[in-house]
Amino acid sequence: MKFIPALKAIALAGALSLALGGAASAVTLHMHNGGEPGSIDPHKVSGDWENRVVGDYLEGLMTEDENAEAIPGQAASYTVSEDGLVYTFKLRDDAVWSDGEPVIAHDFVAAFQRLMDPATAAEYAYLQYPIKNAAAINAGDITDFNELGVKEIDEKTVEITLENPTPFFLQALTHYTAYPIPTHLYDKVGDSWTKMENIVANGPFKLVEWLPGSHLKAIKNETYYDAANVKLDEVFYYIQDDLQAALQRYRSGEFDIMTDFPSDQYGLLESQYPGQAHVDPFLGVYYYVMNQDNPKLQDINVRKALSISINRKVIGPDILGTGELPAYGWVPPGAANYEGDTYAPAWADEDYGTRVTEAKALMEKAGYTADMPLTLQLRYNTNDNHQRIAVAVAAMWKEIGVNVELFNSEVAVHYDALRAGDFEIGRAGWLMDYNDPINMLDLLKTGVDNNYGRYSNEKYDALLNESNATLDLVKRAGLMHEAEAIAMDEFGVIPIYYYVAKNVVSPKISGFVDNAADIHRSRWISKSE
Amino acid sequence: MLGYAFRRVLSALPIALIAVTVAFFILRLAPGGPFDGERALPPDVLANLRAHYNLDQPIWMQYFIYVKGVVTGDLGPSMVVEDFTVSQLIAIGLPFTLMLGLTAFVSATAIGMLAGVVAAVNQNKWPDYALVLVVMLGVVIPNFLMGGLLQLVFGVYLKWLPAGGWVNGSLPHLVLPVTVLAWPHAARISRLMRGSMIEVLGTNFIRTAKSKGIGERLMLTRHALKPALIPVVSYLGPGLSYLLTGSLVVENIFGLPGIGKYFVTAALNRDYGLVLGTTIFYVALILVLNLLVDLVYAWLDPRVRFH
Repeated sequence: MKFIPALKAIALAGALSLALGGAASAVTLHMHNGGEPGSIDPHKVSGDWENRVVGDYLEGLMTEDENAEAIPGQAASYTVSEDGLVYTFKLRDDAVWSDGEPVIAHDFVAAFQRLMDPATAAEYAYLQYPIKNAAAINAGDITDFNELGVKEIDEKTVEITLENPTPFFLQALTHYTAYPIPTHLYDKVGDSWTKMENIVANGPFKLVEWLPGSHLKAIKNETYYDAANVKLDEVFYYIQDDLQAALQRYRSGEFDIMTDFPSDQYGLLESQYPGQAHVDPFLGVYYYVMNQDNPKLQDINVRKALSISINRKVIGPDILGTGELPAYGWVPPGAANYEGDTYAPAWADEDYGTRVTEAKALMEKAGYTADMPLTLQLRYNTNDNHQRIAVAVAAMWKEIGVNVELFNSEVAVHYDALRAGDFEIGRAGWLMDYNDPINMLDLLKTGVDNNYGRYSNEKYDALLNESNATLDLVKRAGLMHEAEAIAMDEFGVIPIYYYVAKNVVSPKISGFVDNAADIHRSRWISKSE
Repeated sequence: MLGYAFRRVLSALPIALIAVTVAFFILRLAPGGPFDGERALPPDVLANLRAHYNLDQPIWMQYFIYVKGVVTGDLGPSMVVEDFTVSQLIAIGLPFTLMLGLTAFVSATAIGMLAGVVAAVNQNKWPDYALVLVVMLGVVIPNFLMGGLLQLVFGVYLKWLPAGGWVNGSLPHLVLPVTVLAWPHAARISRLMRGSMIEVLGTNFIRTAKSKGIGERLMLTRHALKPALIPVVSYLGPGLSYLLTGSLVVENIFGLPGIGKYFVTAALNRDYGLVLGTTIFYVALILVLNLLVDLVYAWLDPRVRFH
């Protein structure tokens, strides 16, 4: 069996931690990070728990400040051409890998090529599709990777050409899909470059240990250009899926930060640890999709009745207990590049009783009465909160004469069924990949994979295409608002609430700034004993 | 004796193969796959991933590729924890699971036997009732609740012990998980021990020993203990495999790096490689433990060898 290399790796990790454990006065952040990372290779990860680790040891041309806004990272400066298509980045002279090798333009060119290489099978490659020829290369239609719009001008200059002007492109460059790879190492060891015995870093920390099921450990990267301002010496990212148990460990003082907590413990945290639980709007929507291929749901009266009869105001405060904001529109508040008011339909302000009466009338119009009720199946993935909401919604729909069959399955089966169109009403949620409304709106475009309900409207599609080609941000926002209104007025989907980010932060920690992207790099965090 | 051992090993092999086969096909029959997450993967990406893990081959072909790998000692890649192979994950987690399980086994067996003897000797007096109460707590409180309670009391309120984590296997970090794991096991052993001890204490040869006038301590250790141990010993084999395989809840609650939890998380993630790998490993473990118990029996009682 291949046990020997693994044992060596443990021995090495153990020896390292012993050698490094000597520093008594080290400032150590203990962060509860959630699940086991599937990988720490930036082209193979997809979860926020992976992002927290990867984004501490690697840094792109742009990076996030405390508010998760884009600021220059490995780039010292950049220029944008007048047509918004060509970005030129000058790399920092002091940008180096932790083994002393300089970070060069080729590291970025090679990284973007690897990201788009179909053989890499990077889940999130599509985030960088604004780059010229990226989509075509990723789909295998172009096989010459040099056609990609990322070029090395000289050793310290990178030029990126886009397909269309993309107002959120600098923000997209902060994402892990845009991180460089150490080509001097990659050319020697290939995909094993992220193994603990090989790994190097160009970010504020470098990884030294990974014990599956327990934790990852990073130490401060002294070669990082801003190392003088990095306050932490070590970061532990603990792996524990059981949130309730993790909370006990936080309460016993073993964790400084929790990146999630069980909703039903919010009251306890508020009373016993006031101010430590952070609940803030987060860019994402919890929603129900209606299968538009199903004849029962093709009637707009039915869709409208279903949507307006959900009393969203009780869901956040009462059912979940963490105060999630009711959602009536599709784009969450706080989305960037979205000049204008959040979508708010007239019925949202109506008294709930009036809405129920109206919904009953709509159901009758659609031909359903108390004697001939509509029966619908509501699918959700197995989870306490999803179940509570489904039960509450079923009770609300019962009022308007809809009989609901609840059906739950584990997550893989659930999304398999949604994708296959094997459902009537299905629970779904979307957390935005980057802060731009197009990331939400694309979900309702015809033929998009994640458009589970198969909602389709030609005008909607046309408006989105037009917005993609519009350089003027205000005009672009107007087009997107118009599209959002179309989908919402047609009840293409039932938004229920806007997600909140839930963190628990010890009073010992400073530099943890709440933001809508819920990204808090360890670089900005400090801890007092 | 050697021939018996050889026959037993040979009969274990087909059982292992059947277990692998059944696990392989049941897993594939379950709806959903390792790449069905919240977000749809672009078809090309999905095709690349499936090809990488041989999932694009016909199912019987996948089965043969897998069995061939297992025979040569390669348990294949994990489809969800991509940075490790299944063999690596098991190799890294196994020492922790073994340490946890064996510590719990040794302490539970010692405490359980002692408690059983004390209860039997004091039959229907207060030490008996007190022990029954403590023992029953271990049996009736499920381990996820027991874990949470102990964390809350000793970790959060009293702050005597860490509420979780491993930290190089330091002793304080082991106390709570070992307690949760060992308690029900100690309970079962003490019940067995008490029952069989009471039975033995009522037999004629003990009465004879007593009438000879030997002291109670000598009577217990020299005469009563050995015959009373037989039912306990027969429980130790299954008991050990239970402790080694039953650590998943404890590992989850206390955030320990063992392999127990892969059984559940990998199954939920449809991580075919990891589920099969842990299944095969546990099947092998249970077969080996049963084999050992059988061999001990054969050694104790020659009649077993010829049946």
